[in-house]
Amino acid sequence: MKLAGKKRIWADYQKEIPQDNYFYVRSCIRQNFFPASEVTFLRILRQELGKDIYEHIHHTTCSGIGYHSDVIPLETTMTVVARQFALMTEAGYENYACSCITSFGLYSEILETWKHFPEVLEKVRRDLKAATGREFEVPKHLAHASDIIYKMRHEIASRARYKLVNRYTGQPLRVVEHIGCHYSKMFPSKGVGGAEYPYVLAGMVEAWGGEVVDYPERRHCCGFGFRQYLVQANRGYSVANTQKKFESMAPFKPDMIITNCPGCPYFLDRWQYVIAEMEGKTYGENGFGIPVFTYEEVAGLVLGYDPWDLGLQVHQTAVEPILDKMGVAYNPEKKYLGKDGQNLGHPETPAYSKVY
Amino acid sequence: MAVQFGYSINKSNTIDMDTAPRAMESYLLLHEPSFARCIGCGCCTATCSSGVFTQLNLRQIQLRIRRGETQGLLPEIQKCMLCGKCQMVCPRGVSTRNVVLSIQRALQLLS
Amino acid sequence: MATDGQKKVVVIGGGIAGMEAAAQLARMGYDTTIVEKQARTGGNVANWDHLFPEGRLAGEVVQQLYQKLSPVRIITGSSVKKADMLEGQYILTLADGSVLTTDALVVSTGFRTFDAHRKEEYGYGIYDRVITSADLEGMLNEHQPLFPGRHKGPRRVAFIHCVGSRDEKVGNRYCSKACCAMAVKQASKVKELYPDAEVYCFYMDLRMFDRRYEQMYLDAQAKSGVNFIRGRLSEASEDLQGRLVIKAEDTLMSKPLKMTVDMLVLMVGMEPASGARSVAEMLKIPVGHDGFFNATNELLEANCSGTPGVFLAGTCTGPKTIPETIADARAAATAADAYLRKKS
Repeated sequence: MKLAGKKRIWADYQKEIPQDNYFYVRSCIRQNFFPASEVTFLRILRQELGKDIYEHIHHTTCSGIGYHSDVIPLETTMTVVARQFALMTEAGYENYACSCITSFGLYSEILETWKHFPEVLEKVRRDLKAATGREFEVPKHLAHASDIIYKMRHEIASRARYKLVNRYTGQPLRVVEHIGCHYSKMFPSKGVGGAEYPYVLAGMVEAWGGEVVDYPERRHCCGFGFRQYLVQANRGYSVANTQKKFESMAPFKPDMIITNCPGCPYFLDRWQYVIAEMEGKTYGENGFGIPVFTYEEVAGLVLGYDPWDLGLQVHQTAVEPILDKMGVAYNPEKKYLGKDGQNLGHPETPAYSKVY
Repeated sequence: MAVQFGYSINKSNTIDMDTAPRAMESYLLLHEPSFARCIGCGCCTATCSSGVFTQLNLRQIQLRIRRGETQGLLPEIQKCMLCGKCQMVCPRGVSTRNVVLSIQRALQLLS
Repeated sequence: MATDGQKKVVVIGGGIAGMEAAAQLARMGYDTTIVEKQARTGGNVANWDHLFPEGRLAGEVVQQLYQKLSPVRIITGSSVKKADMLEGQYILTLADGSVLTTDALVVSTGFRTFDAHRKEEYGYGIYDRVITSADLEGMLNEHQPLFPGRHKGPRRVAFIHCVGSRDEKVGNRYCSKACCAMAVKQASKVKELYPDAEVYCFYMDLRMFDRRYEQMYLDAQAKSGVNFIRGRLSEASEDLQGRLVIKAEDTLMSKPLKMTVDMLVLMVGMEPASGARSVAEMLKIPVGHDGFFNATNELLEANCSGTPGVFLAGTCTGPKTIPETIADARAAATAADAYLRKKS
């Protein structure tokens, strides 16, 4: 592997990411899957870095989940998206930042469509006006939230309390980076580093002391899909894709996985449990799985936030192996205590997956 | 299994050349070297007396052997009536008759 | 030096087309000069090891062409920067400021091989054991071991046809014509050097159009034992041992296929040479969407540019094999001769 070759490609795929003043929109599902990731993103930007990032109470789904599940036509989706842009315009912002990868892909798709077919944009303006009375401006910049953390990666590194380094060996942690398909596979130029060798997460891993693992099935989808998971009969196909990735990465002995998509960390995390229960196979060290994180969670760990404030207790694949390797201080007694100190309840112990 | 999931993990349909069994291929290349000359034109299959009524497809059987996909080959190859028409039409001079007979012998030897 | 009244021709590009055209024009009695950008003549062919279909050594072929150039003035390491027409003659200004006058020009700017970095998914320049067909020629020429390292067992090599050809994604819709035969030649050579190696050619269509090429294909199958898989590579990646995992569909099996190989050879196609566009602008030669030059009539005037006194030879008008290039160069010389004879 020649790193210079990757750097050459990374240099070809740089995008303009504004420093400040963002209108931020959350994902439909992330708050259930990884409940503290978005909050952590806002905390880092506002409290650590002093940025202006605004959320609107009337923001809704972008409807991408319906579009990708074949239940909502693109025209409807465009009008829903136009309404989000209207909220941004009304709030006085021009930089649009979204938490969800599929939203990001969808926004990119819609903005490109409007660029090439201005008559479609005009129709959407008329439809939105007729339906809601709102008007909107097209965002000046579109960024995925991981683009912004990538942009701030060195500032985060300068405030780091922990590094992505194994404190027992002094070696960098070996990190698999997994990029959501809709980040740049549709529009390689919209993603940091392009689509074949994306740099957005690799850049964070490097800046925070880790070592990126490139393995044969790196580009493969996590297996989420939409219909493919939503229908129970199709789930064997979804989990098979995840299994393919784990079989391919396991020989590289990665310490952890970092992701930038709502679905990927969820499926890479949960399917490890399912594979373990179905086939008795685990992929991490000592019978554990390979811990899976969102980039906000990793940034939060690096900054020294309490793992339980980062929501790591809802991961199905145990995260403690990484906390121990990084030397992160945590209190096992408080793992299942809520913010108010009440016991959240303890998950059932699985038959094969090892848990703490 | 402790948990009933209601689905199981799909198996891959990828041809994995790293693990594909190649014994049948080696046998054929040794005992009927013209086996290597096939260009996959499908003339043999087009003219096959049996293939118009069954799933017998000599072009595909040739390829399956080269990719190690030899499961279920016996009932397929047994449909051949050894009429010899495929050998007449083959533009590459493959001795298809001996290919078929060699496959049958290989199946016996390798079983 | 030019004798009085002897007409002059300048050939732009000293690859095999330029060499052959210049040799023919000199033989016809014209005062002929080659202007070549590189430090030496021979173009791309001088980088090859041996040539299909019979395996002749590229160095010897180039040398044979060179031997016919004794009456030709050769200017290497320079290029034509400016061309002015004055009283039926061209006044050419070279990169170093020197000036040449000429009665006619033969443009033989040739091709460059496709930059394989642009097929990002194949990992050229990233994964160590991904090379191009041009790299392999260099390795063969220098007798480099193809599989350095301690590993002793049989090795596996895959040749990928149509890299940078027949690919709208990189902007090249056309077939580069010579790569199928070159792949079969190289695959057979690898088997000759490493009889235990498993060698695969991944092709979309196998375009073995010459009477000798089909024989090469048959020999590759029947004598050398080269394997052929119809399908285009989707991606390559590296495993823990640094070997390459490649994926394609075996389109005749209608199934995805993967394999791990020790070396991946990308059959890079032909693109117009890097300086071709500026030469075209300078001499007002029409250029197609693909960047190759368009002759006034691709069937009957395939060497005429439409600009008086400017003739086209070799791969500047599209991918060609060596014999086609040589024939084309001779045709360009004949066309230039007809023009110069008519010219008072």
